[in-house]
Amino acid sequence: MEMYKAKRVEIIIEAVMERQLTNALNEAGVTGYTVLPVSGGSGRSGPWSREGQVGRAGGMVAVICLIRPERLDALLEAAFAVVERHIGVVNVADAHVLRAERF
Amino acid sequence: MADTMVLATTNLISPIILSFVLGLLAAFVRSDLSFPEAIAKGLSLYLLFAIGFKGGASVSAHGVDAQLALALLAGVALSLLLPFIAFALLRTMTRVPVVDAAAVAGHYGSISIVTFVAATSLLASLGITAEGYMVAVAAVMEAPAILSALWLAARRGGGAGLGADLWREILLNGSVVLLLGAFAIGWITGEEGLATISGLFVDPFKGVLCLFLLDMGLVAGRGLRGSRGLLSPGLLAFGVVMPLVGAVCGLAAGLALGLSLGGLVLLMVLGASASYIAVPAAMRVALPEANPALSLTLSLGVTFTFNLTLGIPLYLMLATAMTGS
Repeated sequence: MEMYKAKRVEIIIEAVMERQLTNALNEAGVTGYTVLPVSGGSGRSGPWSREGQVGRAGGMVAVICLIRPERLDALLEAAFAVVERHIGVVNVADAHVLRAERF
Repeated sequence: MADTMVLATTNLISPIILSFVLGLLAAFVRSDLSFPEAIAKGLSLYLLFAIGFKGGASVSAHGVDAQLALALLAGVALSLLLPFIAFALLRTMTRVPVVDAAAVAGHYGSISIVTFVAATSLLASLGITAEGYMVAVAAVMEAPAILSALWLAARRGGGAGLGADLWREILLNGSVVLLLGAFAIGWITGEEGLATISGLFVDPFKGVLCLFLLDMGLVAGRGLRGSRGLLSPGLLAFGVVMPLVGAVCGLAAGLALGLSLGGLVLLMVLGASASYIAVPAAMRVALPEANPALSLTLSLGVTFTFNLTLGIPLYLMLATAMTGS
């Protein structure tokens, strides 16, 4: 089966910043992404967990985008403007997709 | 003195406080007891709706007067003022950076609705009534402290501007919308409306509060357990001193307003409590450089625990002594 090259961008960011990040992605023309809850983890600010939390301040979400390689810079610029000052992780990986017209 | 001990003991061995202690102990011994996030949020929504509705129904029964408007103004003023006191205390008692001090100060100007609910329950068990509109006072005290904290941070060049997203976070955060919305529904439908839903929102209220406080105990305990090296003696002292200062400010405002004994205690509790739901989210948007673990551990692990166990009975005793009730 034929596959096409793509970039997979995963942004783990504070839940309170989800709306700002997805707005920035939309404005940069990236309208396809998936938001996943993150159950817990540990980083520079110490360990954290979703369990028992009633506020959004302690939670994180993962925003995952699959895009054509030529659109990567625009996405990263838009995303970085939001995530720069916040707790989180941005990583980019090579990927392959089956239906290129969808990206 | 004997009355004081009886009151403190009654409070400490109530199911509500013991549930909180159970959560704390479970966290300290590293039990795997936990509440899924969705259930914790569900319990929180239930409590906010119930307390808002009951407050609105009470105002409907007793009517609106100038004292209500003055109490709301006093609440806003307290919320704006307390962060400045907290900031000054933090800068005097600790070595935390300005941005952290501003963020923590914002938490202490705002309120903890669960501490308010716990105080309401204690008052009810003692047969002490309070002005129903104190729920509305609690709601208006959520947000102004955030503005004070941002101003304190901005003076030293910290923090983001007040953009649309931040205003939405401050004014339309879920807890404020639900509390004020339920208050409005209670006000519109009155005691009759409350009677139609009492099977869900009145009778099981204390049981749900026990479960919620069990979860709060778990979260607070885990925060404290993970705070080694984070909380200095100065910060710990601040977590106990600041609620006392806030309570005295609430007492002064309440006496000036001529509130009942119950109203006085609730305004003291609002002044003494620190936010751990609304303000942390706003601070993450506006002051991302601030350490969130510091604010949450102080407000939930230290101050919430202090208020729930010793603070509320102490405030009741102080208010009783001041009013001679």
